[in-house]
Order: sequence, then C-alpha cells, then structure tokens
Amino acid sequence: MAKRKGLRSRRRPPRFGGDLVFEYSVMGAATLTLALVWLLVVRMVFDSQASIERFGFGFLSGGVWDPNRDVYGALPFIFGTLLTTGIAVLIGVPLSIGIAVYLSELAPPWLRGPLSSVVELLAAVPSVIYGLWAMYTLRPVMVNSVEPFLKSLLGWTPLFQGDPVGLDKFTAGIILAIMIIPTIASVSKEAMMAVPESQREAALSLGATRYETTRMAVLSYARSGIFGACILGLGRAVGETMAVTMTIGNANKISWSLLDPGQTMASLIANNWGEAQGLQLSALIEVGLVLFAVALAVNIFARLMVGRFMKNIPATGGGL
Amino acid sequence: MDDKIVTQGLNAYFGDVHAIKGIDIHIPSNAITAIIGPSGCGKSTLIRCMNRMHEVMRGARVTGKVLLDGQDIYSSQMDPVLVRTKVGMVFQKPNPFPTMSIYDNVVAGMRLNGERNWRKLDAVVERSLKLAALWDEVKHQLDASGVSISGGQQQRLCIARALAVEPEALLLDEPCSALDPIATAKIEDLLFDLKDKYTIVIVTHNMQQAARVADFTAFMYLGELVEFGVTKKVFENPDKELTEKYITGRFG
Ligand SMILES: Nc1ncnc2c1ncn2[C@@H]1O[C@H](COP(=O)(O)OP(=O)(O)OP(=O)(O)O)[C@@H](O)[C@H]1O
Ligand SMILES: [Mg+2]
Repeated sequence: MAKRKGLRSRRRPPRFGGDLVFEYSVMGAATLTLALVWLLVVRMVFDSQASIERFGFGFLSGGVWDPNRDVYGALPFIFGTLLTTGIAVLIGVPLSIGIAVYLSELAPPWLRGPLSSVVELLAAVPSVIYGLWAMYTLRPVMVNSVEPFLKSLLGWTPLFQGDPVGLDKFTAGIILAIMIIPTIASVSKEAMMAVPESQREAALSLGATRYETTRMAVLSYARSGIFGACILGLGRAVGETMAVTMTIGNANKISWSLLDPGQTMASLIANNWGEAQGLQLSALIEVGLVLFAVALAVNIFARLMVGRFMKNIPATGGGL
Repeated sequence: MDDKIVTQGLNAYFGDVHAIKGIDIHIPSNAITAIIGPSGCGKSTLIRCMNRMHEVMRGARVTGKVLLDGQDIYSSQMDPVLVRTKVGMVFQKPNPFPTMSIYDNVVAGMRLNGERNWRKLDAVVERSLKLAALWDEVKHQLDASGVSISGGQQQRLCIARALAVEPEALLLDEPCSALDPIATAKIEDLLFDLKDKYTIVIVTHNMQQAARVADFTAFMYLGELVEFGVTKKVFENPDKELTEKYITGRFG
C-alpha cells in the first residue's frame, strides 16, 4: 500500500489515510450545523402545530393573550418588539454614526485605537449586565427627570400618557439603543475607514469643509456599509431578551404610550416558558417561530448589504 | 508678467521623509508651467503644497511660505478652504465620486457654494464637459454613475469638475497619463484655451508634452528645484548638466 507518488500528487487533495479522516470529520461538523438548524425549525413548527391549527393567520393579528380562556394572539408582542426596536434605532443610529465619524475622521491617531477598542468591548458586555445597569442606574434617572420632562413637553401626544414608572417601553427602547450603539458604531467606522483617501482629497480640493467632506465623500461612499451596520444593530435589538425583560414592565397589552409597560416577543417567551403548558406552550413556540423569521430576515439582509463593502463583519452580538 | 504663486524656502515632510527641500519657484500668471523630473522627486508634493493639500495627509508638514497673489496661504489668517476654491486640483489618479452621477460630479463644487439654480447648473455642466473634451461622449448619460465610464473619461470628468468651480489657478498632476493621444491632444488644446484666464501648473512625465504646451518648465530632482526657465531655453540650452541629461534621456 505504499503510495509514493511523492510531490507530484500534492496538487490534488490526497484521498487516503489521515487526510480522509480529517476531511470527513470536518465535513461532519459542518453537516451537523446544518442539521441542527433544520431540526430547530422542524421542531418549532411541529411543537407549535396546535397553535397554528387553532388560530391560523389570526394568530398574528390577535390582540389578546389570555391563558385563562386559552386564547392567544401575538400582536401585542410583535407591536412591542417593533416599537422598542424603533425607539432603539431612532436614538441609536444617529449617535452611532456620530461616534463612527469621530473615530474615523476626527479623532487623533493616539486616541482612535483605544477608543475603538472600548467601543468594540461594549458590544461584548452580556445583556444581563446592561439590564442590571438599566434597573439600578437608568431607571431612577428616567423616573425622576427624563420621563417627567418628556411628559410635560409631549404630554399632549398619545405617546406620552400615564405616570412615569421607569419600567416601560421607553426605558426598554433606551437600553436597547445603548446596546446596539457599539455594534453600529464599530461596523460603520470600518466602512468609513475603508473609504479611499483620494475621495476625501477630491472633496477637499473642491473647497469642501471638513463637515462637507465627510458628508460628500465619506458618508455617501460608505453608505451601504453603514446601512448594513444599522441592520445588524436592528437584528440585535429585535432578538434582545434579558435586558428588555428587566426593563419593559411585562404587560401583555397594546398601548401607544411609551410610558406604559409592554412586552416583546423575546421577553414574553423568557417570562412564560416555565409554567406554560398545552396550547399556551404551543402558542409561545409559535411566537418564537415568528421572532426567528424576523431575526433571520434582518440578519440575511444585513449580511448582503455589508458584504458588498467588507469581506468580514467584525464579530458582534448578532441578536440571534 | 506677474507671478501668481511664489514659494519661498518651501519644505515639505512626510513624517521624517524630507520630500521638498527649500524650493523657491515663481509660477507666472496666465501661463502654463510644466514640472518635470524623475519619479519620486517630489513633483506631486510640490503642487500639493500650493493649495494646502499636502497637510491633509497624516504626519505631513510644511514649512516656508507659499504666496498666492502676494498673500501667504500658510499664514494663520488664511482659510485652507478658501485657498482650495481659488487653486483647483486634478489628481494623478482619477477620483470621481462613485455615488454621484456624472452631472452631480461636475456640479459638486458649485453645490458646496450653495448654487441651486438648475439653469445655471445645466449651463455649467455643458460648458465644463465641453472644455474637458468629454461632452460628446457623455451627453446622453449624464445620469450614469461617475465611475461608469473609462479611466480616461473619468480623468476628464475630474478636470471638468475642477473647472466648474472657476478657480484662478489649476494644478494638474499628470492629467494625461491615462489618456489616449486624441484625448491628450484635446486636453492640451484645453490648456491653451484656459491660459488666458487661468494660471496652470502641470506635472508631466511626457517631455514632448511639456515642450508642446508649457511656457515655462521646472526640472526637479530629489526634492530640489534644479532648473526653472522658459521652456525653449530649458529644453534647448539648459544651464545645468543634470537637466540636459534628463531631457536627452541619458539619465542615471
Ligand atoms: N504618503 C507618503 N508617505 C511617505 N513618503 C512619501 C509619501 N508620498 C510620497 N513620499 C515621498 O516623497 C517623495 C516625493 O513624492 P512625490 O509623490 O511628490 O513624487 P513624484 O515626483 O510626484 O513622483 P511620481 O512621478 O512617481 O508621481 C518620494 O520620494 C517619497 O519617498
Ligand atoms: Mg506624482
């Protein structure tokens, strides 16, 4: 069996001995991942069968979640997820882009490295830590200053009704904003730093100020990458569970007031899976299926957008 | 004849690299001045000092004076943005804005100045593109991206973009290196036409081009200005042996 083709056979992948074992074991690991995803989806569909058959598409538009009557609808949680994510994106995106512009265009070199590292580090902080911080530091500030102020200013709109309690959709949205900032800021910064110097020079030579150069040469050139970064942040906000559960007040109802407690899909599942049985459990799993679909769509979209501009996306908490 | 741009004891550095070593040069108004010299001798760096583009690079420094119409552009009262609107630049590598259309590229500088009147913008686009000998090739695709055209066309687009803001002086860094002979000839014609109104400095590796278009020629070597004078004199009867060697191709 002594195969001595020597160096000449190096070009083709060798198909014998240890190499074959290695090849198959690596392939096995890869296949296992695929199988796992598949099993996950199949299992979720299977387990939510009862709920799907009972409520059909009405599940998505049903506004009542009542274990006593065994009636379940996901709308309050879809609503809560969209609303808190919306707040997070509205507050988080402008701040993140500001941070990214500072890091990429304005910061002196000695500050850029350390500051970028800190921002990236913030993306790695476990969400329960953010949750704790929100409960003990952010909440008092919200109750005592921010929410009363907003209420006095915007109390006439439906968005700021009721008494400030600090455990509500607004607080959850703020903590989500804080959590997605590191992701969006660091990926956007990468996109901006990838803009060729010649683009900035083109703008400067036409008499652009620093601000105009950033807008004209940097932000527009990097816009796909920045957009992808925002979608990545969105993905994290959609799937975030722990910090939201700790701050949103957990109320299974739809209310437009940001100062009212609410519930998101992820937070609902985390809160109820322990005691849920029968149809309720099945409905919970269907909520999970909806969340999975939304998060998957957001992530695939983000990867497509960012991939056009950057080969590898820095590892960030992706929300899935 | 007046001098538009005068440098006095100009030094330029990239960190520790001393790229321009004490250059004094007088660029005459309403004339074309060519800068020639071997690769890496500091031609690009010199002209980048003339509109304060050198300092935008990290670690880059300038000492000495550059006078534009007698005023030092490096004095603390001078706004670099104003300097750059007066002294336009076309870079060695074409750099149109890829996210903008051809039309928007041309008027990018005017939009910065707040021009919104579309009749005016239309007129400037047509005039600038015609000057840059590009109009006929792109007049039916003005909405196409600035990078959807060939490299040579992109370079002419950059020339049009620089002309659209009507600078007083125009610095061109090897503008024809990516162009075919026909487009090159068109650009040379353009420079001739522009010379009545503008002061032009052109960096070139092409001796024939310098001889054809330039009124004055500067020869640089290793960051120093070796010779400067009327083109005919520099090419036919240079003062320095180094210049003659370079021009006749008996160099190094
Ligand atoms: N970004 C940079 N960093 C450090 N040194 C540089 C940089 N750019 C240029 N230099 C140095 O400055 C000197 C002059 O460069 P410059 O680009 O002005 O040359 P040039 O005459 O325009 O050459 P070419 O004809 O190849 O364009 C070079 O010798 C180089 O070593
Ligand atoms: Mg050069």
